[in-house]
Amino acid sequence: MLTKRLIPCLDVRGGKVTKGVAFQDNVDVGDPVQMARHYYEESADEIVFYDITASNERRDIMIDVVSRVAKEIFIPFSVGGGLRTVGDMRKVLLAGAEKISIDSGAVRDPDVISQGAKAFGSQCIVLSMQIKQVAASPDQPSGYEVFIDGARTPTGLDAVGWAIKGVELGAGEIVVNSIDADGTTDGYDVSITRKIAQTVGVPVIASGGAGNADHIKDACEEGCADAAIIASIIHFGDTSIPDLKRELIAKGVEIREP
Amino acid sequence: MFAIVDYQGGNLASVKRALEYLGYDAEITDDPDRIRASQAVILPGVGGAGQTMSNLNRLGLDEVIRDDIVGQGVPFLGICIGVQVTLSHSAEDGGTDCLGLIPGQVRRFPSQSDSERLKVPQIGWNRVRFVQDHPVFEGVHTDQVFYFVNSYYPDPDSDDHALATTEYGVKFASVVGNGSLVATQFHLEKSGEAGLKMLDNFCRWSP
Repeated sequence: MLTKRLIPCLDVRGGKVTKGVAFQDNVDVGDPVQMARHYYEESADEIVFYDITASNERRDIMIDVVSRVAKEIFIPFSVGGGLRTVGDMRKVLLAGAEKISIDSGAVRDPDVISQGAKAFGSQCIVLSMQIKQVAASPDQPSGYEVFIDGARTPTGLDAVGWAIKGVELGAGEIVVNSIDADGTTDGYDVSITRKIAQTVGVPVIASGGAGNADHIKDACEEGCADAAIIASIIHFGDTSIPDLKRELIAKGVEIREP
Repeated sequence: MFAIVDYQGGNLASVKRALEYLGYDAEITDDPDRIRASQAVILPGVGGAGQTMSNLNRLGLDEVIRDDIVGQGVPFLGICIGVQVTLSHSAEDGGTDCLGLIPGQVRRFPSQSDSERLKVPQIGWNRVRFVQDHPVFEGVHTDQVFYFVNSYYPDPDSDDHALATTEYGVKFASVVGNGSLVATQFHLEKSGEAGLKMLDNFCRWSP
């Protein structure tokens, strides 16, 4: 019924796209509006922007990026990074994003998920989580713990438990980002993606580790993901969205034709 | 000038941006005079049927749309909630009477399909099959995917009003039409080039 969605992710710092491995060593990659337009033309199904700037001026720079992107691309796009309040969400949505993505802000104040869902509708609220494999324990029965603050701070939350809670509070989609896999191009963490996808009743988006079309296929099939976020493999020109999509179609994955 | 009806719903600006990108002059307005003066009217947005109809009624825009626009053969395009309010009645919000421009009901997706859980709302790209010709489909291939975000779907009484169908747990009319009215459940302004082409076709349409 629904095709699987291929979603490029652009990390933006001070108005420029960067890319890192496991949240370290960021490298400048390009202009966010130009890159978004390029990926849109190449049949990206959606785009995600994460604002990873640390300074206080970031809010205005990012809002400006959002409004310029909204004039150039006609597919849904979501924006996250440092959003903490409904006011933050409103600014981003009014600037032209379809959805907001909330991460550390939701862990610190879970109620902001339901406030956002009430104000804008669940379909606008994406709960993104950074997870790391840990020893399975009573506190983390899935064997995966949620981390915040750019993957530095453990929260004690179990990945599956947090996903369930987030959806109960009103999140319309879940992004599962594997810290261990992020930037490695060795493949997504299919097992935790599957655990979460089979548990919650909303779309689940695999994130972290895409290196080739087989990884994306595995995330969508074995991982039961509805969509897959990609970054490194397309930002550095190793492959392109149309090439990935053609390969996926040849491998039997239902995806919007390039 | 194309009037985008401002019923205080969400997401009116994205259609305006799409129209401007295509080179058209668009105005978001709740002023009946501006709406009547336009060459065509668009009712887009994301929201619930209850709130939308309540706002349209309160602003007197239900009559303007019915009598002065669709009633006068002026082109009218509904998108997302804008398709649902054109039918007779929606199950949403405890039951909502709608504009009745297309006889039929708006129903909620089932929670199961073929004994598998169906995720509601539908969020993503789904196939749209044209079942009738219409100027708004010109230059667009049938069976392409468009972007949907919806928990409810249009179910016109008559097949004559179903211009295109889509499957999500049920087969439903993803495009409906009647006279100078055409309406899509999916977001034309979020469906890439195919959506923009349909939007452009609407803007050029003389019913």
